[in-house]
Amino acid sequence: MITTLRGKNLLDLGELSREAILEVLDTADSFVEVNRRVVKKVPALKGRVVASLFFEESTRTRLSFETAAKRLSADVLSLAVASSSVKKGESLRDTIATIDALGIDAVVMRHRSSGAAVQVARYVPHVRVINAGDGLHQHPTQGLLDAYTLRQVLAERRGERARDTGAELFDGLRVLIVGDVRHSRVARSDVEAYVALGATVTLAAPGTLLPDGVREWPVSVAGDFDDALGDADVVGVLRLQHERGTGAFVPSLSEFTRTHGLTIERAARLSPSTIIMHPGPMNRGVEIDARVADSSAAVITRQVANGVPVRMAVLYLSVAGREESR
Amino acid sequence: MTSLVIRGGSIVRSHEVVRADVVVVDGRVLEVGEKVNAPAGAREIDASGAWVGPGFVDLHTHLREPGLEAAETVESGARAAAVGGYCAVVAMPNTEPALDTVALVSYVLARGALTGIDVAVAGAITQGRRGEKLAPLAEMAALGVRIFTDDGAAVASAEVMRRALSYAKPLGVRLAQHCEEPSLVEFGSMNEGALAGRLGLVGRPALAEELMVVRDIELVRASGASVHFLHLSTARSIALVVAARREGLDVTCEVAPHHFSLDESACRTYDPHYKVNPPLRSPGDAAALVAALQRGDVDAVATDHAPHLPESKDLAFDEAPAGMLGLEHAASLTVEALGADGDPRAFFALLSRGPARIAQLRASDVRVGLSAHGGEVAVGEDANLVVFDPGVEWTVDRDRLQSRATNTPYHGRTLHGRARATIARGRLIAENGEMC
Repeated sequence: MITTLRGKNLLDLGELSREAILEVLDTADSFVEVNRRVVKKVPALKGRVVASLFFEESTRTRLSFETAAKRLSADVLSLAVASSSVKKGESLRDTIATIDALGIDAVVMRHRSSGAAVQVARYVPHVRVINAGDGLHQHPTQGLLDAYTLRQVLAERRGERARDTGAELFDGLRVLIVGDVRHSRVARSDVEAYVALGATVTLAAPGTLLPDGVREWPVSVAGDFDDALGDADVVGVLRLQHERGTGAFVPSLSEFTRTHGLTIERAARLSPSTIIMHPGPMNRGVEIDARVADSSAAVITRQVANGVPVRMAVLYLSVAGREESR
Repeated sequence: MTSLVIRGGSIVRSHEVVRADVVVVDGRVLEVGEKVNAPAGAREIDASGAWVGPGFVDLHTHLREPGLEAAETVESGARAAAVGGYCAVVAMPNTEPALDTVALVSYVLARGALTGIDVAVAGAITQGRRGEKLAPLAEMAALGVRIFTDDGAAVASAEVMRRALSYAKPLGVRLAQHCEEPSLVEFGSMNEGALAGRLGLVGRPALAEELMVVRDIELVRASGASVHFLHLSTARSIALVVAARREGLDVTCEVAPHHFSLDESACRTYDPHYKVNPPLRSPGDAAALVAALQRGDVDAVATDHAPHLPESKDLAFDEAPAGMLGLEHAASLTVEALGADGDPRAFFALLSRGPARIAQLRASDVRVGLSAHGGEVAVGEDANLVVFDPGVEWTVDRDRLQSRATNTPYHGRTLHGRARATIARGRLIAENGEMC
C-alpha cells in the first residue's frame, strides 16, 4: 500500500491508501490558484523531462497532462506512438527503451492493453511512470479528479474549504456508477478512490456489462437502475465503449438507453441535490441525454477543468518527490 | 561398442524399487544386478542416492520447426529434452506450415533422427489445422504417427471431430484435443474470474475447457474411439475424465507442470511469461491437479514446451503469444508436486510409462524407426534410461538453458530434483544439465 505518492509511480489507484489520495487532492488544491494567475506557471519541475507516450488515441487526457506538465515548467516530449509501433513489430520494451535513451524523468502513458504501464515501470525502474489509462484496467488520474471534483462541489455547498474537510464529505456518500462497467477503466479507478475515501458505491449495468467477479468488489450491485437512482447522492455515468466491441453485449443502443441511460425522464426524478458526472467523451443520447449533460446538476466540465490541477499534483508528487525521498 | 555401468541407484520398476547396478551395451540393457562387473572400457555413472528408471517421454513438445527456427529447432529442442531427462518427445504439429502431410511429417522425423533422442511426431487432425477437412491420417500413420491433434486450437466442429474419430479408430491412432471452446476464449488472455475482472484482462473461462471435455467424452462414447485430453487445467476437467474412465471409455489425460506449480495470481505482474493457453487457473484448481497427480488420476505429465522469441514476450500481456518452456524443469516440478515422500513409481508413471503407453512407444507397440520407451529397466530392453536425483537443488537460469528460447516463468527459482544422467538409445547424452 502506497501511503504517499512522493517519488512513486501511479499505476493503479488500488495501491494508494486514503492518506495518499488525500495528499493528491490537497496538493491539487494548492495548484488551482496557479491556474487562475495571468502567468500560469510554477518552477516546480524546471529542468525535468516528462515524456507523454500515447499508444492509444486521446484528446482530453493528453492535453490535460501536457498542460499540467508545462505549468510545472517541465520539458514535455510528446510522442505520438498510437498503436502503429506494434504493427511495425516494435515491442513495448523497445519503444520505452528508445524514449528512455533520450533522457527522461517521467513517462505519462496510455495504452490499449491492460497492464502496459505496469510492464513499462518494470522495464525502466529509474523513470517515474504515470498511468494515463491502460486497457480496461485503470485510469488513476480520472479516479483522482473525480474524487477531487466531488469533494470540491460538496465543500462549496457547505461553504467550507475542500482541503479542510479531509475525507469527511465522503463518509456515507452514496455513489451510483451506471453503464459499461465491464469495459471501463474509469469505473475501476473510481471505485478504488471512492471506497478508499469512505463512500458507498453501487453499480448498475446490464448483466453482460458487469465485470467478472464483481461480487468480490467492495461494492453492491443494483438489481434495478431506477430503484437505485432514488438512493444516489452521486450518479457517475460511464461511456458505452463501442470501440471495445460493446455492441455484442447489449441487443441495441436504444435498448441500453431505455434500461440504463440517464434520460431526461430519469433525471427529472432525481433529488435536486444529486450530482451527475461523466468522464467523457460522451455519447449524447446513448448513456446520457444531452439536456441532462448540460443541466446544472451535471459537473462534467468541472471534471475536465480539474484534470489540470490534479495531474499537476500527481506529476509534482511523483517526479519532484523523487529527489526529496532520496 | 558403447558400454555403460550405472552404479548404486534405486531401480524404479512399475511394481518395485530395487537397489541394483545396470549394464548397458550397444543400446540395450545387458545386465541388472548387484555389484555387476563392468565390461572393459565401460563408462561408470554414479547413481547413488538417485532413481534409475525409464527415460522420460514428453507427449507435448513444440519444436517450432519448420517455421519458427529462431525460437527452437528439432535439434535444440532435443537438447533441452535430453538435459530434462527425456529420451523421447512427441513434436506438436502447429508449426508453419502445420504438419499435415507425409512430406512435412517426414521432414521432422528426419531432423529428429539426427538428434540423440527419439522424436515422434503428432500429425494435424485437419488440413492446415483449420478444423474443416481431414488431414491424411492413414498416410501419416504409416510413417509411425500415433497421435493426431490440432493443438493450439480445438477441433471446434463437433461433426468434424466425430468424423475424425470414426476415421482414426480403425487406424489404431489416438486423437488429442486442445480443450478450449473457441467462442468462449476469443480475445482472452488469462483465467476468467475476479482477478481478471480486476486486472482488466479478458478471461478464458474454465467452462471453455470443461465443455469441450464433456463434448469429446460423449463423442468417444458414441464412436467407440479414443481421445487424449491435452493439458487439462481444472479440477472439474479431471473429475470428468476420471468418471469417463470408470465407465470404461478410452480417454486419457495429461497435465502440464505450470498448471500445478503456478496459478493465476502470477498474472498480477502482467508479465507475459505467465501467459499460456489454457491459462494458469485458480489456486484451488492448481491444488486439485496436485492432488490428482498424487491419487494417480492423471495419465501423464506433459510439458507443453512452447518456445517463443524473447521480443514477443516484451509485448503487452494481451498482445504477447501464449506459451512457456517446459522440458528442462518439468521433472523437477513433478517431483515437488508428488512431495518429499512421494512414490518414485508414481513419478515414472507420469513422466515415462504413462506417456509411452499413450504415444505407443513401448516395446510391445508397433513403432517405425523409434526405440522402445517406458520399460522396466530389465535385461534386453532398449536402453532409454534416466538417473534422476530427487534431492538435488538447482536454480533455473534462463540464459543457461539448452533451448534456444528463454521464456521460462521459473527463472531464478530454486527447484528440487534433476536428471543426473540421460541415457538414450544406449548413449550417455546429458549429465547434470549439460550435454555430453
